[in-house]
Order: sequence, then C-alpha cells, then structure tokens
Amino acid sequence: MLLRTSLYSAHQKLAAKLVDFGGWEMPLHYGSQIAEHHSVRRQCGMFDVSHMTIVDVLGSGARAYLHYLLANDVDKLSGDRQALYSLMLNEAGGVIDDLMIYMIDKGFRLVVNCATRVKDLAWMEAQAGSFDVTVTERDDMAMLAIQGPEAIAKVQTVLRRHRSEHDSLMIAQLPRFGAVVLDQWHYARTGYTGEDGLEVMLPASQAEAFWWQLHEVGVAPAGLGARDTLRLEAGLNLYGHEMDEQTSPLEANLAWTIAWQPEDRNFVGRAAVTKARERGVHKKLVGVLMTERGVLRAQQSIYCGGIESPDTETSTEIGIVTSGSFSPTLGYSVGLARVDLSEAGSSISDAGEVEIRGKRKAVRFVAAGFVRNGQITID
Amino acid sequence: MVETPADLKYAETHEWLRQDGDGVITIGITDYAQESLGDVVYVELPEVGDQLSAQDEAGAVESVKAASDIYAPVSGEVIAINEELEDEPGTINESPYGDGWFFKMRMSDPSELASLLSAEQYITTTEEEDEG
Repeated sequence: MLLRTSLYSAHQKLAAKLVDFGGWEMPLHYGSQIAEHHSVRRQCGMFDVSHMTIVDVLGSGARAYLHYLLANDVDKLSGDRQALYSLMLNEAGGVIDDLMIYMIDKGFRLVVNCATRVKDLAWMEAQAGSFDVTVTERDDMAMLAIQGPEAIAKVQTVLRRHRSEHDSLMIAQLPRFGAVVLDQWHYARTGYTGEDGLEVMLPASQAEAFWWQLHEVGVAPAGLGARDTLRLEAGLNLYGHEMDEQTSPLEANLAWTIAWQPEDRNFVGRAAVTKARERGVHKKLVGVLMTERGVLRAQQSIYCGGIESPDTETSTEIGIVTSGSFSPTLGYSVGLARVDLSEAGSSISDAGEVEIRGKRKAVRFVAAGFVRNGQITID
Repeated sequence: MVETPADLKYAETHEWLRQDGDGVITIGITDYAQESLGDVVYVELPEVGDQLSAQDEAGAVESVKAASDIYAPVSGEVIAINEELEDEPGTINESPYGDGWFFKMRMSDPSELASLLSAEQYITTTEEEDEG
C-alpha cells in the first residue's frame, strides 16, 4: 500500500498520472511534463512535495547537536537568512543525505529526502546521544512548492483573499533564502527549479484548500517529472544521482556547503573530508550538452576527445553521466557527469563523446547549470 | 481512456502491427505505451533495407522520463520508415496508431503472426502490468 499525501484527491481530480515515488503515490504529470516545465519557467507552477520528510529539532541542545550533525554551520542562519542547504555526512565523509535547515521558534526545522527517510531518522536519533534535543517528524504537515516568475504575486493574491493582508506583505519582503512562520504556516523563499518562488509548509488539513485557491488564480499543477527536468536545467544535485554514501561531496561540487570555519567545530565526517581535500580532488561534476539527436541518461559512459580524431577507440573513458534528460527549455538533451580529471589530463577540453546504445555521439562540456530565472546560462 | 483498436495485432513489448496486404505490415507503439512513456522527445528508427528477425531490436523511443527499445514483432525486411518522427517525435503521443507509425516491413514468414496477441489479449497483459 502506497502512502498518500493530503493532496491525493486533488491530484486525482486533476487526472494526474500517479506513480510510486519512494513509497508514495505521487503525480508524475497532469498530462504533459513538458508543458508543466514551461509553465514554471514562464509563469508559475505548483508542486506537491509533501512526501519530503519534515523534522523539527527542538531543545536547549539543538544548536550544539546540529553543529555536530551537519557539514554546514547553522550559525550562518540569522537575521534575513533563515534557510540553509547542508549535507549530513557519515564518518567516512560520504553523504547520508542533503537537506534544508530553517530556523523556527525554539529550534530548527530540517527537510530531508523521502527515499532516505528511514535511515535519516535512525541516524539523527543515534547521533542525538547526550544532546538535550528532541527530534520529531512532522507528518502532520504538508509542503507545497510554488515556483516561477509569477509565483510571489500569485501567492500574494491568494493570501490576501483567503488568509491575511499581513501574510501577503510578509512574503513579498522575503529575500532569497529568507523564511518566516506566521500562525503555523512556514513560508520560505527557496526551491528546486532555478526560478524564484516559495516553499510553504502548512498543516496538512489546510493544504487542499490552499492548492485549489492557487489553482483558481491560474497556478499550473506540475508533477515530479517537471521537477526533475527543472532541477537538472538549474544544475542542482539530486541525492542518489550526484551524491551518495560512497561519493565524497568534494567530487560532487559541494565543497562550498562544508563550513570549514571555525576549525574547532567537530562535525561527523570532518576528519574524512579534510583528509580527502588534502589528498587532492580528481573528480568533478560537469554539465554535458548533446545537440545531436538522442537523450543523455544516468550511467552512460563519457569519453574525452574523440571528436577531432575519427578513431574513437583511442579516446579515453573519463567518467559517467549521473543525471540526464531532455531539456524542454533548450530543446535538446543535457546532463551532469562526474569526470576524472587525472584521466583527462589536468583539465578537460570542452569536447567529448558519450556512448548511447553502443554508438558514440558528440557532447560538449560546460559548467553544471544551464538555465536560471528563465534565462539560458550556458557559457 | 487508452485505445486498443480491435483490427490490429499486438506484441507483449507494446508494438502494434497492421497488415497492409501483400505481406506488408506497419508497426508502431500502442496508446498504452505512449501514455506510459509520457512526452516523446526522440526516436531512433531502423534503416530501410535492414533485415530483422522477430524480437530483434529495431529502434528506440525516448520520452523525457525514460528510454524504451522497439522490437520487430515478426521477421522481414524494413521497406519504409516514418522520417517525420525525427522532427516531430510528439506525433507518437498525438496519434500512436495513425501519423505516429514507426516503420513498414515485408514479412518473410507470415506464420509468425499467429504468435502475436489480439487486442483483447493485449489489454489483459496491460492490466496485469498496471496491477504488478
């Protein structure tokens, strides 16, 4: 039996194609994944992300506990900045999960992935040890992401009509990564699409009414299919693809999420990632473009060179695609790939090949990230 | 509602087959298959002149979500391909049994048709897939 969010009947009424997503029955799309993708880039779309796991960490020891649990430093949260991205590492320096942390009254709120829920909760419980802290899953809450250039204005309209003028004014003033809790509604100016927008955590019992109010003002329902192509175009990592317990965050372009200062902050995995950094990092994530026909997919092999020389046998395998798909904005396929710089020489040239069903096709390497705020960002 | 025309034959791998006469057949993917795949963004067609045996890989269709191989439902020679799909792969979503056809073959062994499914049998297999 699959789990269902409080928006399940809304998805059914909208004729969503529902699929098993990490044990949850979630909308893949509501007719066309590509149309939903464009809605988010050009106007505004909404996603039910209630399958994500919301965890409140409260108590006098909450800050000290998170200093130990997370690779990023919760002390960066203050004033206008109320949301932070962090990794949770194991002792070997691998990634147990990636998450968002928000400041709330008397503590912190973490949002972790759905597929990793059981191991995350067990790990967080095990690390709590001697800290004066309570770790509580908030399965009484739902979560909606409203994303796109018109997202803020649309949400404001709904809040003015159905909630309060105050809420509407408050969300308009939120800076990027700002967040505010107003009478149990937790608004954050965050997202996973590369567009402006909000993520709203609210009591599950109120989620369906909010969903239909947004629908009424023209916010397009968007499924998890579009969520994946949007995050890929934005060059954002996905747990299980770009990161996992066996991969160093330094090889996933995530060194920036590790707070090395202050040096005396002891966090799980610190010794391992410090050692890895001292040894030198040979692999990195790059963006891959394929303008030829075809679609990049995870696990395809990447080769350097090759284009210049017709004898493709001589080009060297330098890595694999970690995520790939068709980019609706660009009209061709893009992907992320982890490449080994020591195989490719000190740096890779910008041209290479990918192997798809036994055939080699030309690709170009670029910085990871293709579309932001509706604009193509390829260099 | 997914359509499964009664006058076609079907393979368990979700191809349909229409007999055009003189041992010539047209092959495409079913409405159920296109619906499962979602927006199709790329097709790989066989080449005219290819000699295929039943169950040989004849091409591929990729949606935003996934890639799926297309198999020859019977043995024979490829005599035509629907090149328009290369520029308009979405035609498969709009018209899986019409303009979204994939390729035509001249059968080398028409007795192989007996091993294919009727519309009714195919519907049963898709219902089992949905429950599985």
